[in-house]
Amino acid sequence: MAEVPIEHGLLLAAVLFLLGLIGVMVRRNIIFILLCLEIMLNAAGLAFIVAGSRWGQPDGQVMFLFILTVTAAEVSVGLALVLHLHHRFKTLDADAMSGMKG
Amino acid sequence: MTIVFYLSAAVAVIATVLVITRLNAVHALLHLIVSLLAIAVIFFTLGAPFVAALEVIIYAGAIMVLFVFVIMMLNLGPHAAEAERRWLDPAIWVGPGILALILAGEVGYLILRGAAGTTGAAIVGPQTVGVSLFTTYMLGVELASLVLLAGLVGAYHLGRRRGAGEDGEGERTNG
Repeated sequence: MAEVPIEHGLLLAAVLFLLGLIGVMVRRNIIFILLCLEIMLNAAGLAFIVAGSRWGQPDGQVMFLFILTVTAAEVSVGLALVLHLHHRFKTLDADAMSGMKG
Repeated sequence: MTIVFYLSAAVAVIATVLVITRLNAVHALLHLIVSLLAIAVIFFTLGAPFVAALEVIIYAGAIMVLFVFVIMMLNLGPHAAEAERRWLDPAIWVGPGILALILAGEVGYLILRGAAGTTGAAIVGPQTVGVSLFTTYMLGVELASLVLLAGLVGAYHLGRRRGAGEDGEGERTNG
């Protein structure tokens, strides 16, 4: 059984990460921005798994577990912020929240 | 098993492209769940079955359900029923359905073959991961627990209602 070259796995991770990055830059809905952050974190985890699989070591999977933890914490705080902002601005448009002139 | 890897990779990329091009958040969520399931299959073929299971349970399960909750909360209103009816239109779910069917076919193929299911990579099982996690990376586990605690406190603080409200459900009506 031919092994999948590590380049292909890393290429897939890079493509997914780029898609997430494009999504963050293009979309203006906060929910979509959070979703695209998920895609990017997941792509980073995929790169860890591919590398760990290449060397046959568990370290890549351990790193993925840490990424999973960070993602869970980020999503809970992020969605609470989304609810808060929806209260205050009555919209999910990120451009409406320009109080800091960003 | 190489074909399974490339098929899942194609499904993941297609579903992700559909995620960032959908206009409706619920449609995007459906596609994102399919994308996560495809990546779980990829993890399995790469010899990481433990992480593949966690990807399905935590990512596609818990975190996406959190998103669904928030989107549904924000969608409350008189037009919600009509929106619900539109979402049951087959044109909405047939795309993710086909992609998920491809993944289900792959799973069936892997089961019927009865092989280990990897692409030649060595399987690193849950036991190895657990031993490494709780010996080499013990400090990381402690830090991860702190991150989760911070997330819990932060989400509670942000989700708390200012003023005299009691119920968390009807907060949209008088916000």
